Amino acid sequence: MGRKLLLKDINVPGIKSFEVYRKQGGYASVEKALKTMSPDAVVEEVKKSGLRGRGGAGFPTGMKWSFIDKKSEKPRYLICNADESEPGTFKDRFLMEYIPHALIEGMIVSSFALGAKTSYIYMRGEFRWIFPILEKAIEEARAAGFLGKNILGSGYDLELYVHSGAGAYICGEETAQIESLEGKRGNPRNKPPFPAIVGLYGCPTVVNNVESIAAVPHILNMGGDEYAKIGIGKSTGTKLISASGHINKPGVYEIELGLPVEEFLNSDEYCGGVWKGRKLKAVIPGGSSVPILPADLFLKNAKGEARLMSYESLADGGFASGSMLGSGGFIVMDETACIVRNLWTFARFYHHESCGQCSPCREGTGWMEKVLHRIEHGHGHMHDIDLLVDVAKKIEGNTICPLGDAAAWPVASAIRHFREEFEYHIKYPEKVMNPKHFEIEPFRSEKNLVMA
Amino acid sequence: MSLVQKIIKRYPEGRHKSALLPILHVAQAEFGGWLSPETMDYVASILNIKPIEVYEVASFYSMYNLQPVGKCVLEVCQTGPCWLRGSDDIIQYISNKLGIQPGETSADGMFTLKVVECLASCGSAPMMQVGNNFIENLSVEKMDDVLKKLRETHNVPSPDYGSPYPVNKA
Ligand SMILES: Cc1cc2nc3c(=O)[nH]c(=O)nc-3n(C[C@H](O)[C@H](O)[C@H](O)COP(=O)(O)O)c2cc1C
Ligand code: SF4
Ligand code: FES
Repeated sequence: MGRKLLLKDINVPGIKSFEVYRKQGGYASVEKALKTMSPDAVVEEVKKSGLRGRGGAGFPTGMKWSFIDKKSEKPRYLICNADESEPGTFKDRFLMEYIPHALIEGMIVSSFALGAKTSYIYMRGEFRWIFPILEKAIEEARAAGFLGKNILGSGYDLELYVHSGAGAYICGEETAQIESLEGKRGNPRNKPPFPAIVGLYGCPTVVNNVESIAAVPHILNMGGDEYAKIGIGKSTGTKLISASGHINKPGVYEIELGLPVEEFLNSDEYCGGVWKGRKLKAVIPGGSSVPILPADLFLKNAKGEARLMSYESLADGGFASGSMLGSGGFIVMDETACIVRNLWTFARFYHHESCGQCSPCREGTGWMEKVLHRIEHGHGHMHDIDLLVDVAKKIEGNTICPLGDAAAWPVASAIRHFREEFEYHIKYPEKVMNPKHFEIEPFRSEKNLVMA
Repeated sequence: MSLVQKIIKRYPEGRHKSALLPILHVAQAEFGGWLSPETMDYVASILNIKPIEVYEVASFYSMYNLQPVGKCVLEVCQTGPCWLRGSDDIIQYISNKLGIQPGETSADGMFTLKVVECLASCGSAPMMQVGNNFIENLSVEKMDDVLKKLRETHNVPSPDYGSPYPVNKA
């Protein structure tokens, strides 16, 4: 059984409250950092830990922190990205809902490391019932002297607020999030300048994911070197995986990075296998934006080695035969799932969420949605398949923010691995008229169906 | 201190425009579940910003309703992971049962059906948001009961509220 850190105490009764959280050893990292360490020493431990951003991009957190402009006279800000809107991802919500003090503790030590005196948690507006949970946790922490002026007599002051988004995936992108926090439309900014230099209100700013911030107390408690021993290679530590789709036990699971994917999918400790005794068809291992993998390439890489749940192993083979760990949104499809229909829902999502600033993204996402709708509903043409590949290529790399890439990759990968299935929709329109076509009769392709 | 003043206080001096999104949520809840032009102008006056700054924000974010809505807005998620677990059936069922298409409000003004994109509840799919709550692990069989409760109370907590799925043990 893998090591648990973030969810170690999730089943302790009353863990939502300050009292119980504290009794379990909570807020020890704040005492350690504020009483015995300098902010730079905290950054150093996080660097040593090898922690990589858990919001999707996997950028080393310690390095990101070291970029913050310390010469500037302006205030510095830490924003916790709790916008969690990538389809397939629901781990941050889980953490905030069930163990809110883990985030508050992380925010205090991370803000201290960055020299931020005001920090915000930017939460997606739909999580309305979580606002009172976090606000209560903040009040409890303040009453215990962990927030406010002169925390634990260290001379360090910190105010922490929860800010509400209002329904826009793009506000998960860090510069759009900053715009949104300033009370504007969530249009991503051109980079450079990067937020570490010019961020919120023009001040040096760091944006980090909920899970990244919640990992910091564990790093400080055990030391960066110890944390780096957990996991495998450059994929250090533990990761929350949001598991959804056609599995017996959907939910949020903490894994030690490096767990074999097959164990994650099939063991009763985690997903409990594909539901209804059906065969595995495909997996999207890191949220809607990452390439889809057919069952065979998911379980083993192109060289025939078993895949692991790690940044490197899931990416093995590049875009030709690999995918990405992304945000850890693990979406499983059984043999009755229609790859085209699932992809159409994603294309509709990206079109809906495009902020509209760049024409390749605004027009391209709309075009892909239209063409996929046509194919899925039995009105497609053979040349539509290459048209989709072409549109995806034209978006990729030609936009202000990565939403364009995120919209293009799923399309390109689905066609790369499941072209036959697209062709089937076009050749046999009468067979796909019923939206549940593959539930009635699964699409058979020797290449893609293997026993999981 | 009023709620609005409390919200404004979260942001630095002179950065009160940051309070716009949270205050629009308060305004929408106060004034019948949607943002009329009058409501938006009122918010602009509170924050001392131009009305256009409010309109352009309100129209950008999907949670703000710019048209009147029913007492209960059923926001059913339709993105991939929910679709894999049967969200189409839920949307179809509600649509047939209430005789409304997505985007429409029932004749009695009780329900508005809205289809929305991923609400970070994919592990308890299919699901919908109603007011402050998520109602999760839906099934067609459960829908009659859910709609009945909503009709009575306008807002029910999720049947599984508190533990939507098993958590892994330490
Ligand atoms: C379109 C788009 C949506 C994103 N949504 C999220 C999100 O919901 N949550 C998140 O933490 N990061 C999201 N990101 C990544 C953020 O821009 C940023 O990289 C991240 O919050 C940094 O935190 P980390 O280094 O701790 O991962 C998104 C990026 C893009 C381009
Ligand atoms: S890529 Fe799309 S979402 Fe990103 S800035 Fe351009 S139009 Fe907006
Ligand atoms: S796809 Fe419906 S909640 Fe994520």
